[in-house]
Formats: sequence, C-alpha cells, structure tokens
Amino acid sequence: MSGTTGGAVGAGSASGTSGASGADWPLWEVFVRPRRGLAHTHAGSLHAPDAELALRNARDLFTRRGEGVSLWVVPAAAIAASSPDERDPFFAPAADKPYRHPTFYEVPDGVRHL
Amino acid sequence: MPVTDDPATTAALARFERAVAAETRIEPRDEMPDAYRATLVRQIAQHAHSEIIGMQPEANWITRAPSLRRKAILIAKVQDEAGHGLYLYGAAETLGVGRAELLDKLHTGRQKYSSIFNYPTLTWADVGAIGWLVDGAAITNQVPLCRCSYGPYARAMVRICKEESFHQRQGYELLHTLARGTAEQRAMAQDAVDRWWWPSLMMFGPPDGDSPRTERSVAWRIKRHTNDELRQRFVDICVPQAASLGLTLPDPALRFDEARGHWEFGAIDWDEFRAVLRGEGPCNEERLAQRRRAHEEGAWVREAAAAYAAKRGGRGGGEGEEVAA
Ligand SMILES: [Fe+2]
Ligand SMILES: [Fe+2]
Repeated sequence: MSGTTGGAVGAGSASGTSGASGADWPLWEVFVRPRRGLAHTHAGSLHAPDAELALRNARDLFTRRGEGVSLWVVPAAAIAASSPDERDPFFAPAADKPYRHPTFYEVPDGVRHL
Repeated sequence: MPVTDDPATTAALARFERAVAAETRIEPRDEMPDAYRATLVRQIAQHAHSEIIGMQPEANWITRAPSLRRKAILIAKVQDEAGHGLYLYGAAETLGVGRAELLDKLHTGRQKYSSIFNYPTLTWADVGAIGWLVDGAAITNQVPLCRCSYGPYARAMVRICKEESFHQRQGYELLHTLARGTAEQRAMAQDAVDRWWWPSLMMFGPPDGDSPRTERSVAWRIKRHTNDELRQRFVDICVPQAASLGLTLPDPALRFDEARGHWEFGAIDWDEFRAVLRGEGPCNEERLAQRRRAHEEGAWVREAAAAYAAKRGGRGGGEGEEVAA
C-alpha cells in the first residue's frame, strides 16, 4: 500500500525528475469560471514556467470550446490541503451535531413558512 | 502488493477494497495497493502517449487538406489530441510520476503507445477512416473509463469523450462526401476503410483468453468490460454505419447472428498485431523518431521560457524542484 505521494492536490511529487528530457516546469492548478454568476471550479493541472504562460496554456487546454469566462492558475505547491483520510478526526466536529440541520427540530403540524 | 501482516496495511487495504466495491472514487492522496498504482500509471501513460503520437498520422495531411474548411477542422482535431495527451499526463502525474520521466520512457521505448498509429496515412481518405474507425474505437473503449475507480483518470476521460464525438463525426462526414463523389473518390474511401478496419479491431487488445491483466483491472473497476465485449460492441455499431456510407467492410465472414443478436466477424490476424507491437509495423521507427525530434527541437523554447521566468523572478518561475515539496 502507498498513499500521499503527491503535493496538496496529489500531483507534482516527481516534478523536477531529471532524465534526458530535463526538469519539468512547475505545476499549476487551473480553476475555470464557466460563466458569470458561478464560482471558479478546479479543471485540472498543467506545467508552465510562470503565471503568464500558465494562463495562456490554461486557455488553450481548458477553454477551447468556450468552457470559461475567467481563469485562475495557482502554483500547486501553494495549496494546503487537509488529510485525504475520510475517518480523519479533523472533520469529526461536523459529524456529531445533527442540531445544525433544520430536520433535527420537531415543529407542530400545520405551522407554515418555517 | 507484497504480502504483509502489518495491521495498518491490512486495514488500509480493506478500506481500499471497500471503497472500490462501493463505487467510491479513489483520489490521489488515498492509500492504494502498489500494483493498483503501477497498473494505472502504465495504462494512463500509454494512453497519453497514444494521444500525442496519434497527432502524427493526421498532421501529415494538414498542409494538403482539400479545402479551408477541412483544414481548419483537421487542425482543431489534431490540437484536441494534444490536449487529450496533456489531460492524461496530468492524471498520471497525480500518481507520483513526473512528466519528463514519462516522456523519457516514451522516447526510449520503455512505455508503449497504441499500435494503430504505426500504420501510414496514404491518402486524404485515411483522415476520414481514422476519424470514423480509430476515434470510434477509442470512444467505445473510453466511455466506460469515465466511470473508472481512479478519480483523476475518470475526470480526464469525461472531458476527452465530450471532444471525441466531433472527431468521429467529422471523419464520417468526410467519408460520406467521398463516397458520394467521383468514382475515384469513392474508390479512395473504400481503400481507406479496407486498410483501417482490421487494425481498428486490434485496438481493443488481445482476445480475453490472452489478456491476463483484464480480470484484475475489472475487479479494481479500472476496466468495466473485457476486450472482446468492447470489440463486439464496436463491430455492431460499425456495420450499419458502413451501410449508410455505401461502403463495405473487408470481412467476408461478417453476418448477423440472430440468436446472439450480434454481428459475427472473421478471425483477427494476431500475428500482425504482435509484430507491430514488437516494433515491426510500417511506421514504428518514423513515429518515434519524429517525436524525439520534436522534443529536442523544442528544448531551446523550454529553456528560454524557464530562463525568462527566473530572470523576472515570477512566481513559480525556475523553481521546478521546489514544487515537488
Ligand atoms: Fe483523443
Ligand atoms: Fe480523437
């Protein structure tokens, strides 16, 4: 078994691996806003030497068919992430507080707009 | 995966198997058996290499496309294939391998690409036959991969499948146009279909009895169907499509089996398949040499961009090693 090989989002652990092809350019995570009114969502990753080229590459790679009106590129190394383990106690505080959900409460029959 | 008594490893393996059985996706930082990781790296890398090598046979015709419309379409298709390669390299990298390392393995022949791209594109009609049959076979293979247990691979496949349908349709339209053209154009279309039909059937891989890894890949929900199941599906789709083109498929044994509800087809020449895999296809050397040349000739661009980024001190520029942290 092996886990957590990657950086925060998984990729890039082997960036800079040499060999005849030389080192890779840094890895960037790409976020696309499909249209106004929607949030940017993660689309994938790419390599680029700097932010400007990362944006241009992201445009060519992820918006060839008008899939986006706005792009963010973030160095993969700059992303901090929680543990991937679903049983992680990090999320435990959310699991045992059903009273945070409206369905926890009993309301008399016939009461409206509540 | 090494046999182990370590309770933590045993528990992690049980969690992995439960997740796969429950159709939960496995994500990059999850624990996974080493053999699962290795299988995915091999499959995704081979898939990525196929996308970028696959640009060559069609790019051969860009300068000779018969109209501006066809030229623009072909450029867009070849560019899509580059994009597919990049989505897939990105997915492979989430498993802890580097891009340069993967390209190196392609260039030195240590990782393979689909043997279909070792056949030559002799006429303009080949562009149509590739779109219809080769992209068609790829779609048949790839649609089930959209539900692959490994999240990044499945997500890449969703993007790719959306784009592939244009590839297949432009090829079919091209052949349809030729098939209704002059006698020469029609003969050219038929000749292209005759040459691409059998190699396209080989794209699904060896027959089930001869495909030792299939069972494990199905158990891991990487694959959803066996090679023969997908091949049969493809034949069933293509036979009526060929009839609509007014072209024939080069297989005298083709006949509809009423009882099975499927098209029977003749024996595939697996000796040819293995020979091409061994590097003895008509274009193996040419494809790899062209790939290496393109990579080497692009070296100064990569170096210049990295130097420029370092000089400007731009974020991420010239810090390839540190990104690995
Ligand atoms: Fe493709
Ligand atoms: Fe394609």
